[in-house]
Amino acid sequence: MLSNANQVIKVGIAQMDVVKAPNTIRTSGLGSCVGVILYDESKQIAGLIHVMLPDSSLGRSDAVNVAKFADTGIKALIELLKLEGVHAFRLKAKIAGGAQMFQFTSDKDSMRIGPRNVEAVKVELRKNSIPLVAEDTGGNSGRTIEFDPITSKLNIRTVNQGVSEI
Amino acid sequence: MNFHQKITSLHLDVLKEIGNIGAAHAATALSDLLNKKIDMRVPKVEMVSFNDMMELVGGSENVVVGIFLRIEGDVEGSMFFVLPIEQANRFIRGLIRDDTFDFKNPPVPELGLSAMQEMGNILSGSYLSALSDFTGLKIYPTVPGLSVDMFGAIISIGLIELSHVSDHVIVINTSILDDEQEDSESVRGHFFLLPDPDSFEAIFKALGVA
Repeated sequence: MLSNANQVIKVGIAQMDVVKAPNTIRTSGLGSCVGVILYDESKQIAGLIHVMLPDSSLGRSDAVNVAKFADTGIKALIELLKLEGVHAFRLKAKIAGGAQMFQFTSDKDSMRIGPRNVEAVKVELRKNSIPLVAEDTGGNSGRTIEFDPITSKLNIRTVNQGVSEI
Repeated sequence: MNFHQKITSLHLDVLKEIGNIGAAHAATALSDLLNKKIDMRVPKVEMVSFNDMMELVGGSENVVVGIFLRIEGDVEGSMFFVLPIEQANRFIRGLIRDDTFDFKNPPVPELGLSAMQEMGNILSGSYLSALSDFTGLKIYPTVPGLSVDMFGAIISIGLIELSHVSDHVIVINTSILDDEQEDSESVRGHFFLLPDPDSFEAIFKALGVA
């Protein structure tokens, strides 16, 4: 179990960060957003990104926050992990999120952003040859996730379905 | 994109007035509906980062009752009516006259859910029709959706449209409270109006401060 001395690194929306054992990394309140964990089991290092949008080409801003998008964000997280001495070919992925929080009959694309985020994340993982080991995506519940680099387990908490681990 | 930079204190005052008029009508409707006194706080108009937005109403993991709708027409944006669980329970218990009703206790009875949905409908309707009368702009709300979940998961859907152009959000935030509660930030109900970036110009033009 976690001892109090261990730190929990918190990652906000459209942000990313890296964690080393024995610390853990966490992001809370994932709705349509997707939490992507990239981890190296042997080095016990992991990165987490809280993705908001599928594709950076959707951005209409000049100053791009790369962590907001699935495509640029995953690339940037791989680079960040490389700086920690992780080899890209050792990386594996676990993902959670991409829910549809509200049921709507709107033709607006933004209303089904959850599934689109999940799809974009998977495409980007495939492009970088990172195996997707486990996922808990879709549905209509918010999720809070926490990853432990020692066990490589992703802990997922929802309001109505309690806690699970993948 | 720099639509934020063009916003002056006069613009903020105009947005505050929108929050004032909208929420005042909604609070009156709520008071009539529940037959109890509803207080309203002075609206806040703030430009906040997404993370600060997620930390309102007790934090992104705090479980709340959220009503969400999109507005379309001359002004586009997202609107939320967010209630802390305890407050939502009090309102719905009064409405359906069932003291055992509890949003925290799934499966939540259908009657309570549909009462909450209808309350969301009435309140957002009065907020937006007041806004439409005030500005002369056409505003078409979608049917509101209801979710009982983490605040962060609920509010983030309103940030999607904005996130295409910005990492900040201008939020028109009006809080309400009933007479049976202590006043503190985390127990208040909130109306959040999040106009899409392209819609500010229409609002300002309509009110003569373009």
